[in-house]
Amino acid sequence: MDAKDILGLPKNLPIQEKKSKPPKESQRKPDGISREVYALTGGLAPLMPAIDVNQLKRKAQSENEKITWQWLPFTNSARKDNLQLYHWVRVVNGNPPTGDYSFAKCNKSADIIKYTDEEYEKYLTDPAWTKEETDQLFDLCERFNLRFIAVADRFPSTKTVEELKDRYYSVSRAILIARAPSPGDVSAHPLVKDVYNATQDTERKRALNLLLSHTKHQERRDVEVLAHAKRISEARKTIKASANLVLPVLSDTGTLGADKPITTADTVNPSTNSEFPSSTTTPVSETASVVASLRMLRVYLRTYSLEQMVQAASSSAGLRTIKRVEQTLQDLGVNLKPKVPTKAVCAEHLELRKEILTLLNLQKQLQYKEAEGSSLRDGTFTETPGTPPKQQSVRAVDLDRTFTPDSLSTGGERFGKREQKRKGPGRLAEAPSSPAQSKRPRKYKASD
Amino acid sequence: MPNKSGAEQPEISGSTQKSQRTKITKSSDDNEKKSLAKKLKDSEICIPIVYGNIAFWLGKKASEYQSHRWTVYVRGATNEDLGVVVKRAVFQLHSSFNNPTRVIEKPPFELSECGWGEFEIAITLHFHSDVGEKPLHLYHHLKLYPEEESGPLSTKKPVVIESYDEIVVSEPSEALFARVQNHPAVIVPRLPADFTLPPVPLEDVDSKNRVDTKDNPLNQWFTNFSEADELLKLAAARQQVQAHIARLRRQLTLVDGQHQQLKAPSDM
Repeated sequence: MDAKDILGLPKNLPIQEKKSKPPKESQRKPDGISREVYALTGGLAPLMPAIDVNQLKRKAQSENEKITWQWLPFTNSARKDNLQLYHWVRVVNGNPPTGDYSFAKCNKSADIIKYTDEEYEKYLTDPAWTKEETDQLFDLCERFNLRFIAVADRFPSTKTVEELKDRYYSVSRAILIARAPSPGDVSAHPLVKDVYNATQDTERKRALNLLLSHTKHQERRDVEVLAHAKRISEARKTIKASANLVLPVLSDTGTLGADKPITTADTVNPSTNSEFPSSTTTPVSETASVVASLRMLRVYLRTYSLEQMVQAASSSAGLRTIKRVEQTLQDLGVNLKPKVPTKAVCAEHLELRKEILTLLNLQKQLQYKEAEGSSLRDGTFTETPGTPPKQQSVRAVDLDRTFTPDSLSTGGERFGKREQKRKGPGRLAEAPSSPAQSKRPRKYKASD
Repeated sequence: MPNKSGAEQPEISGSTQKSQRTKITKSSDDNEKKSLAKKLKDSEICIPIVYGNIAFWLGKKASEYQSHRWTVYVRGATNEDLGVVVKRAVFQLHSSFNNPTRVIEKPPFELSECGWGEFEIAITLHFHSDVGEKPLHLYHHLKLYPEEESGPLSTKKPVVIESYDEIVVSEPSEALFARVQNHPAVIVPRLPADFTLPPVPLEDVDSKNRVDTKDNPLNQWFTNFSEADELLKLAAARQQVQAHIARLRRQLTLVDGQHQQLKAPSDM
């Protein structure tokens, strides 16, 4: 409204009248604060006022004292020179405040122990350090208040931060112990209690640097390895848990007589105990241990056993590979978890998964080999499996999604045709290696 | 005395020595007990089951809190009596139901209720002592409403959702085997021809006493789970994958051969 006044525009045009009515209520000037200040909050009162508005003015009034603010000089006890600076001071009834500058207490420094020459000769000599160097070190430590990075920077001869730290702490410690009337007095002193370990410090810094310089690739590998390790440890835990459950079960069957269950427990135990340490991370032995654990469970669900076997078979595969297996299964039109999990179906399903894993491995191998081949041809030997060169790109794309859903819906006919396309001139002469597929290619070769 | 359990030889002879002092018949009882407890190694018996729920919309009789009448159950896959191995079934319902832990002591293992909500039901199957001591857990998400928006709900056509699974008893005792080998609900492996099982007291196999779901009125809605479909699909998929593997192997050897040729000239 003020802006319009300034510009000389006519106020309250008839069109705008309706608009101004609803916002008017929220823009009412509240008490206690001026309108401009209220507008700063966005026109809405805060839910909880940060400071009680009424208290602000009342505080000084109730005290009945005269408060003035004066520009006065002050000294700082933390300063060594006698520099006088000025600042605003709250003066109550004409009396300026007393006491030191309030921030003087913040000027803390470390207590550096000073040794005498005799003490040096007696306790502190060291083959790697001259007295001069040690003196310089202590001087710098005091100047820089134990900031060893700065000390190392200014130290005349080249010594690492860890070496300087080591020297400083061992000297201080030695002095403390030497000066103490009895060892027990200083044993609680932090310098004596915790000994600085230079090698550990170096190692720690090196490890941190390594971690910092990890590439994304390495981080992903770490995550995969950890997930894999977790899976293995959980599998081992379930085996152990089921082993622990079996023993009380066997001993409970008192009706059959106490002898028989105990002997079976004894025979079961040594065999399973020998299996645990031998279980390596290869899928074959993993499935063997799964079979053993299932046998120990005695009663279980078929779906559970399939789950365990699938886990064991893909134990050596990373997360990405497992996702690719599942994608392939979907492309093939197979349920990720069989709808009718009978013994035969589960066995077939497991075999299919294993075969898909083999297929993916072969694909990867082929990709690597082709990349190798192209680099051999180019003459440069750079291994970049992720970016196969252009003449191979078609094949790489094909390999990525070997089973596209539409090619399978027609019962595999198109699949045979695609195979035809890929075969180069040298391929037609090759005889199919397995009898299972001999039917299809021969069928389409006839059409050639 | 002829006995198959060779490992227990010393114990048996010890007991026979004892029995010669007292009664002779007792040792034969001990023998039988011990051979009954002997397990069939490397074999398993399998009981196919189906579990799930059927839900009928109550239509006009529906109220806000009771819109559907549903039945959750565990049945034999071919509608046979599960009581042969299952002693009781415990259905854990949502806490808003009265007595949410429902125990069904005898077959048919089913439970009917009225309600409005869908929730997860935990089904625990407890077995007879010769099957196993540990119970098995199944989880079923109760479904009342149909998947697709098929328009207005019908009181005649229920929503049926079932899952197939199999209870596997690995290395069953000979006693259990003898007891269940002729039961239609159980799939037993074929034993070698010369294998003789110990005699078991014949159970009442009168079909009148069997509590199977063949006469269950809900029978008409049960799904018939056939493994044939899935087996066919899996076989076809495996064929394709195997074909691909063979092709890749050929390609690999070809590429290897090419590499050899490329490398050879530089060696010269």
